[in-house]
Amino acid sequence: MSEENVMKVLDQGVNPIFMDPDPDKAREFFRKKPRAMVDKRMNEKEVVEKFIPDGCYLGIGGFGANRIPTAVIHEILRARRKNLGFLGHTSTHDFELLCAGKCFNRLDAAYIVGLEARGLSPNARRYMESGEVQVTEWTNYSLAARLKAAAEGVSFALVRSMLGTDTFKMSGAKVVECPFTGKKFAAVPALWPDVAVIHVHEADMYGNAVFRGISVADLELSRAAKHLIITAERLVNNFTIRNNPTATSIPFYLVDAVVEVPYGSYPGNMPYLYFSDEEHLAQWMKVEKDPKEFEKFLEHYIYGVSCFEEYLERCGGLKKMKELQKLETLVEK
Amino acid sequence: MAPEYNMMEMMICVASRYLEDGKTVAVGTGAPCAAAMLSQKTQSPNLIILFEAGGISPLLPQMPISVGDSRTFFRAVMAAGMTEMMTTCSRGLVDYAFLGGAQIDKYGNINSTVVGDYYKPKVRFPGSGGANDFASLCWRTMIMTVHSKSRFVEKCEFLTSPGFLTGAGAREAAGLPEGGPYKIVTDLAVMGFDEETKAMRVESLHPGVDLGKVKAETGFELVIPRQISSTAPPTETELKILREEVDPLKLVIGRG
Repeated sequence: MSEENVMKVLDQGVNPIFMDPDPDKAREFFRKKPRAMVDKRMNEKEVVEKFIPDGCYLGIGGFGANRIPTAVIHEILRARRKNLGFLGHTSTHDFELLCAGKCFNRLDAAYIVGLEARGLSPNARRYMESGEVQVTEWTNYSLAARLKAAAEGVSFALVRSMLGTDTFKMSGAKVVECPFTGKKFAAVPALWPDVAVIHVHEADMYGNAVFRGISVADLELSRAAKHLIITAERLVNNFTIRNNPTATSIPFYLVDAVVEVPYGSYPGNMPYLYFSDEEHLAQWMKVEKDPKEFEKFLEHYIYGVSCFEEYLERCGGLKKMKELQKLETLVEK
Repeated sequence: MAPEYNMMEMMICVASRYLEDGKTVAVGTGAPCAAAMLSQKTQSPNLIILFEAGGISPLLPQMPISVGDSRTFFRAVMAAGMTEMMTTCSRGLVDYAFLGGAQIDKYGNINSTVVGDYYKPKVRFPGSGGANDFASLCWRTMIMTVHSKSRFVEKCEFLTSPGFLTGAGAREAAGLPEGGPYKIVTDLAVMGFDEETKAMRVESLHPGVDLGKVKAETGFELVIPRQISSTAPPTETELKILREEVDPLKLVIGRG
């Protein structure tokens, strides 16, 4: 091969790549993944027990406080999971929760610590400033592109983000020269998370899942993840799926478990169903300022309850849910 | 009598005037989103607002709280995803990126990642989010931020999102596509960038602000052109629409 047809590596980020980007190892895994269309219903305790062990690498779907699988994240805290790797992609309240439990010690960071216009989480900041977490820096798109590469079964993706910045220096990316044009691109390694959890509007017992509204990076994440847990607002009959297959976002053979969780994205927003509970989210940020008070708060809302339904009750139950439903659906202008 | 307004209202009104009709703009939450909404309701009805999580050209009923909440695709033409939005930027279809910034330097680079040592930071901020992607891939980056010496620094402690990097020719050398910061709108002034050196320069001063004040609140030497214009204050129409239609709950303008 002549010199000019070689893809040259010109520069590279200094931080670690936590997951192996070898596509053939991923294929070996997927070769053995069961494809049977069987009843996969479980509860959140069972899925954490079975699919989210200490030390595994976890991805969460949705967008921080929008369409998030809160019930499973709470259960990760209650099960005292430690040393996880975490995909810090568009993460806000999900990140705040996992920091509250000090659940992870490896982090791919694109958006962390903040809750967008609501401000920064004091406790997430404390955890990230403690030096206990090993961090590799990325951007929202470069992480989505890493999942896209994994979903495509190839070992890297090319992006034009990150070039020339400290974000690149602190990443695990490489600058490569295009063998056709000589232009520079950032090559980002494919990322196959051990497990991902995605909240959707509807799913059948086999895992065929439908979400509505924006997909964020969930089409890529669901295809990249080795194990996939779906939490759904409601279970539907398989015929409901088959009557409108255009609507299916995730086919059953990607899915390992289905958990039915009404109001499962609370206190986050669920498009077309209920808005985020801004009072409760503000309460989190306020109480986090005092670690002692925060401990009591966590005991009250997470560690001291047996299940997600009990959390919803403590947050105002059906009455509160109806208010949030109104906020979401009665927007008229 | 001239209408009264606070500094956030001033920034939003001024920023909104730079967004031209028929252009595409990728916005962050808060003030940038308010400016884009105001522009749509005043001078640019066909401004196309895009959100990184997938919302394409919604009829925004109110200010979103998150760039991924359901308001960002309320009566949108498409509810897409992040890959769709960012590849659209990469293909050159997005005219403006509209961002806020924690720390900004004289070449318009932004730090939103850390203050202090990266491995044991004094303050950890969110990081890039989609900001580095937008600042790399959109044709022009607009930034809104409060003007102070701690924010306007000679060199960012951590370069999260690219402006002109180290000056003329640096973006090209790094492999970034053509683009870069266009206007910085603060509570004191509007800044642009010198065509040759790519260093930040003062372009217009807000009512009641003199150049000395801007210099005093900037931690590096600004390029001072021979002529500096005066920013037109918010009009009554702009303020009325901003207060009644864009941000009636005062989520953003309440912070002024």
